[in-house]
Amino acid sequence: MVSVTDTSAVDRGAADPADRAERADPGVTRGTDPAATARAVAEQVLDPELPVLSLADLGVLRDVEVGEDGSVVVTITPTYSGCPAMATMRDDLRHRLTRAGFERVEVRIRLQPAWSTDWISADGKRRLQEAGISPPGAAPRQASGPVPLTLLSPPRVVPCPRCGSQDTRETSHFGATACTASYRCGVCDEPFPHVKEL
Amino acid sequence: MSEHHEPAAGPGTEYGDVDHDSAYGSLAEAHDDSRWAFGTDFDDPLAGVDTSLPEGVDGRDLAAYCLMLADDALVLSQRLTQWVTRAPELEEEMALANIGLDLLGQTRLLLARAAAADSGCVPPLPEGSPVPAEDALAYFRDEPAFRNVRLVELDNGDFAQTVVRLLVFATWRLALLHRLQGSRDTVLAAVAAKGVKEVTYHRDYAARWVVTLAQGTPESRRRTEAALGEVWPYVAELGWTHAVERRLDGVAVDPVDVRDEVDEVVAQVFTAADLEVPAGPTASAVAGRAGRDGLHTEAFGPLLAELQVVARAHPEGVW
Repeated sequence: MVSVTDTSAVDRGAADPADRAERADPGVTRGTDPAATARAVAEQVLDPELPVLSLADLGVLRDVEVGEDGSVVVTITPTYSGCPAMATMRDDLRHRLTRAGFERVEVRIRLQPAWSTDWISADGKRRLQEAGISPPGAAPRQASGPVPLTLLSPPRVVPCPRCGSQDTRETSHFGATACTASYRCGVCDEPFPHVKEL
Repeated sequence: MSEHHEPAAGPGTEYGDVDHDSAYGSLAEAHDDSRWAFGTDFDDPLAGVDTSLPEGVDGRDLAAYCLMLADDALVLSQRLTQWVTRAPELEEEMALANIGLDLLGQTRLLLARAAAADSGCVPPLPEGSPVPAEDALAYFRDEPAFRNVRLVELDNGDFAQTVVRLLVFATWRLALLHRLQGSRDTVLAAVAAKGVKEVTYHRDYAARWVVTLAQGTPESRRRTEAALGEVWPYVAELGWTHAVERRLDGVAVDPVDVRDEVDEVVAQVFTAADLEVPAGPTASAVAGRAGRDGLHTEAFGPLLAELQVVARAHPEGVW
């Protein structure tokens, strides 16, 4: 079993989006190591609901392994229990890896540890911001005792991703997707989604 | 949309982004698996997860316990969905639908866990049926096989009643899930760890609305007090220990153990809202049976019919 679990072992290319086209052809740029190729292909798959993020940037992609027989096992961790995008992510992973020449692709679920927005890469957070989506701050830490009730919204400053103003307010804690809340900017008056800290 | 979504030019195009905006694109892809038309997903939500039983645990008990937790979530999810197109504001509609979606996600994992623990709990379907086990459990069980507490099946009533019920449910569920993170069943522990994060938001949402309504206008306060009268008779049932829970030592959480914690949270909300816990009657068990034993209220039948009718009319439907 050849395993590439450490992302630093694979050159993921420069953060510059202009580099994207080159990154998009791992079969050519990665040489012939099948594990590195499989990982590079899997890392290109985009989140269907936040298509500015790859599954690797989102932190959903946990592991890519290639067996000696060439079969690929991809392990992913769901974001929200009910996230309807999970099925699409699995289909896309299978589809992309199959097209890259891997005939047998299995996508496995890993439930623990549970996904956290802290797993979104710095690069991913920057891409969200550029797309007008406010990236999450640090996820709340779970203390050992019972979860405390929060009757008032925590005084969290969520700057507007368009104009940078800090004069923003939450219009709904539950937004158009499971992972976002809805905000509005008081200066440029634009509504924007904020990825909820989880 | 940023430049990342545009198809890459040149030789890399083959690996370019999968285009979700083009229906024709996906139709053109070779797709040999047909899917059952009514489920949420063809794939097993526990694919690749180790579902072996913890030592000394009866699979039937574990399945029954998973059904209790799953059915509570499924039935409330279905109720919350009824607010879609009817909520007082778009933001609240999105909130209730999102909460329903989180609960549905928990349901899927728990139903799949139940089926893996004891395949005997899955209703038998004809040979070659395209219906996965989790969907068979959701769509093809009859009312007496549902193990949810009666609280979740009650009508939504008005918005006040919906948020009062949600406060009670989420407070109980959060306390249970928080302890279930230490379950000897690793699947339950993982589902619980995920659920804790989600239900924390649900409870805070409901608690804030209960305070807002109780301290709002005389009309909103009147409705909130009336909601307490409707909901509270069904609250006690959440604290009754079922024989299955008693037998699953170290796997299940005995609701008695979280009672104080739940009462404390409710007291905190009610202090802020200036509300009193109603002293009215409790909806009793009938000959020792209640929701966990499949004994339900009149409100449940129509709700279940709405959930199941199309799937049952076309059990072989694929697309």
